[in-house]
Amino acid sequence: MTNTIRFKIKRQDSPDSSPYWQEFEIPYKAGHNVVSALMVIRETPVTRDGKKVKPVVWECNCMEEVCGACTMLINGEVKQSCSALIDDLDQPIVLEPMSKFPVVRDLMVDRNRMFENLKKSKAWVDIDGSWDIHEGAPRISQEEWDRTYIFSRCITCGSCLEVCPQFDKDNDFMGAQIIAQVYLKNTHPTGKFKSADRLHALMGKGGIAECGNAQNCVEVCPKEIPLTTAIGDVGRQVTFQVLKDWFGK
Amino acid sequence: MSEKRIIVVGGGLGGLWATLRIAEAGIPVDLFSLFEVKRSHSACAQGGINACMDTKGDRDTTWQHIVDTIKGGGYLGNQPPIKTMCEEAPGLVRTFERMGVTFSRTAEGIMDLRHFGGVKNMRTCFAGASTGQQLLYGVDEQVRRYEDMGVVKKYEWWEFLSVVKNDEGSCRGITAMDLRTMKVYSFKADAVVLATGGLGLIYGRSTNSTNSTGAAASRVYQQGAEFMNGEFIQFHPTGMPGDDKNRLMTEAARGEGGRIWVPKDPKNSRDPMQIPEEDRFYFLEEWYPAFGNTVPRDVASRAIWKVVKHMGLGLRGEDRVYLDLTHLDRHFIETRLGAILDIYQTFSGQDPREVPMEIFPATHYSMGGLWVDFEKDETTNAMVHHSPRNHQTSIPGLFACGECDGAYHGANRLGANSLLSASFSGRVVGESASIYVKGMQKKSKDIKDSAFEFERQRQEGINDGLMKCDGTENAYTLHKELGELMTKKVSVERNNDELDHALEELKNLEERSHHLDLGDSQTWSNTTLQYARQVQDMIVLAQVIAKGARLRDECRGAHYKAGFDIAIPEGKFPGDPEWDEYVVKWKANNEKWLKSTIAKHTEDGPEISYREVDTSVFPVEKPRDYR
Repeated sequence: MTNTIRFKIKRQDSPDSSPYWQEFEIPYKAGHNVVSALMVIRETPVTRDGKKVKPVVWECNCMEEVCGACTMLINGEVKQSCSALIDDLDQPIVLEPMSKFPVVRDLMVDRNRMFENLKKSKAWVDIDGSWDIHEGAPRISQEEWDRTYIFSRCITCGSCLEVCPQFDKDNDFMGAQIIAQVYLKNTHPTGKFKSADRLHALMGKGGIAECGNAQNCVEVCPKEIPLTTAIGDVGRQVTFQVLKDWFGK
Repeated sequence: MSEKRIIVVGGGLGGLWATLRIAEAGIPVDLFSLFEVKRSHSACAQGGINACMDTKGDRDTTWQHIVDTIKGGGYLGNQPPIKTMCEEAPGLVRTFERMGVTFSRTAEGIMDLRHFGGVKNMRTCFAGASTGQQLLYGVDEQVRRYEDMGVVKKYEWWEFLSVVKNDEGSCRGITAMDLRTMKVYSFKADAVVLATGGLGLIYGRSTNSTNSTGAAASRVYQQGAEFMNGEFIQFHPTGMPGDDKNRLMTEAARGEGGRIWVPKDPKNSRDPMQIPEEDRFYFLEEWYPAFGNTVPRDVASRAIWKVVKHMGLGLRGEDRVYLDLTHLDRHFIETRLGAILDIYQTFSGQDPREVPMEIFPATHYSMGGLWVDFEKDETTNAMVHHSPRNHQTSIPGLFACGECDGAYHGANRLGANSLLSASFSGRVVGESASIYVKGMQKKSKDIKDSAFEFERQRQEGINDGLMKCDGTENAYTLHKELGELMTKKVSVERNNDELDHALEELKNLEERSHHLDLGDSQTWSNTTLQYARQVQDMIVLAQVIAKGARLRDECRGAHYKAGFDIAIPEGKFPGDPEWDEYVVKWKANNEKWLKSTIAKHTEDGPEISYREVDTSVFPVEKPRDYR
């Protein structure tokens, strides 16, 4: 076993500047994950060849794979860096920013598009107001809960989009993230009242028809959300909606 | 839409609830957050949210929820807000349900309930073991609806720096830094709501997210807002020790039947699964037979501390004890605790279904926070609905909600009451801030620009100073030292010598924090500049915690000084003369110390005074006793 951890990190000073690579080496410590190692590097940002450089910039928050912030490419695979344990990775560990979103700086990217798409697809349940109406929500069977709960665990990390051949920086495709949320809301007993609005959002440009069925998304989802199930189901819903729209009902 | 505007800072559960209620009142909201609001720390809350639904045949009552919260908090919480919070909890939970939150269900299809610490009845509503994530997303979606309608404008990737006050001292806006360009701007508002969460990062490693620094609260404290009960920091008994973070293992693990134990013989290094029952020490069950493993967090944390630090029974001599789920049905724990089982397995490489987890108390929650007002209905002792006083800080026009206020949890918070207080206080503040601005004569947009420009320049000056500073100190190293100091000296057990030392050290750290070398001169997305400012403000707030602890010579809730403990006489209960003597001593101590600590900022550090606690709902007659 080596007694150091080696990193090769792709850096970029600003959205418009060119990327460059730097290598770092820190002492080995059991239990390190990529974020905890990056924290060591930023405290003393000196490259392997002894050059003092600017601290590496990345994004993180919860450190337990529930906020989605620290997603990046680790040895070419998209992952949350907080839960990527050093002991499981080949060295030098290569860190790159996600490739499908604009780089802000170093490993930090701008995933605003994912949130804009949540708006476009109206991924919410319409309620009259946030006051008590003295009545609970409709009953939901445990089986139904089992099927849908997993979709509510999406952390908006963008892993599914990173590996999607149809999703790129220059198009409008919304991708599995949005389709899964439409599935969740359209399945909800009162959420389904507005199903048509969401399906319409998925009909035009950037909609579900652009899915190429590569099925990469479901392979990388850190929460193991059955994304392809949602894509299949919502695809059928959209087809029915098209027919309904044709026949005026 | 109203011509008035309200700024909300922070987009966790509290900030989003506030935003939603203000938007519903037809008042535009500018919502500031350090990152996309959906990534806020509320997502980390796992176990659940308390509300008396009474669907488990326990004859649970709202009154019992009120009493549990008051007693659990060592009587230090003002009671009218607690009363109203508990009364409104079921309605709040029903509202979440209507938003589409995926609460776990019973076979009949209604919301399921689980046990939690410090409570004998089942009262905790939950969504698997990701309740906070689900509640956060529920409100996030509603706020997005109003964003889509143009009522809410989000400023994500912005850092709050200060409030701007008018000549009369009322808050009429803020300054904030764009975290891409690092430029400072000022924003006008008719009221400002702070919902900036906890301060766990002051302890370095905690269960909190890396952005829970307390810096925003510290900034308004330095601008004159009173900070209340800072010394009351909750140490969660079941943290998973880590180098970067102590990951939380939800209290639901105990609530669902998890057992805490250590081998009776500390030299027993056998595989835990091979250790027979008779060689195991289930110390919580032995010491607290009535509640067993579900004693409140402060009690559990001190028991673990005692077993490890005083009795020398930590696993392998380390700061660890077992939290054991291996005796429980696999499918049962999978559906009810899945999220944390995954976290534990991911980070430890061990399957908690097969081997007991190793845990130790970790810094978790700040019961203290910004002092906030409330208006009481004298006939019912409840909080008056829609009063503009509710949740207003000591700076007029500045409101606070969620973990950054100190309103509900007194000296110790009960599990699953934090999602409740964050949501409830967010909703209250949304209503009170809306009423406050509606009654205002002068609109913020008519206020002259000079005060805003003055404050903006002051803040820009702080940034320039840091960027140009050619000191020798490293912000990251200073933060590490701060965390180590606080974890060592202002922790589960405290004593005055160590606290004196901590206060001196904090002064040193403060001085050193003005001689930084950022090592990054770039003006675009400079996270070190952001961090450096946070570290400076963390050190200031740490002094509030340490000073409050130093001066409070008693034991109450999470604050424990061995030298001042009035212990319950062993084996004695109400009716025994020894118990009566104990109650006399306990009452005398309350005469002296049942008071809220109020810290005010001065150049020489915090100035501490004390304020009466409103105990009009449930008289301070019965000591906490979880045996």
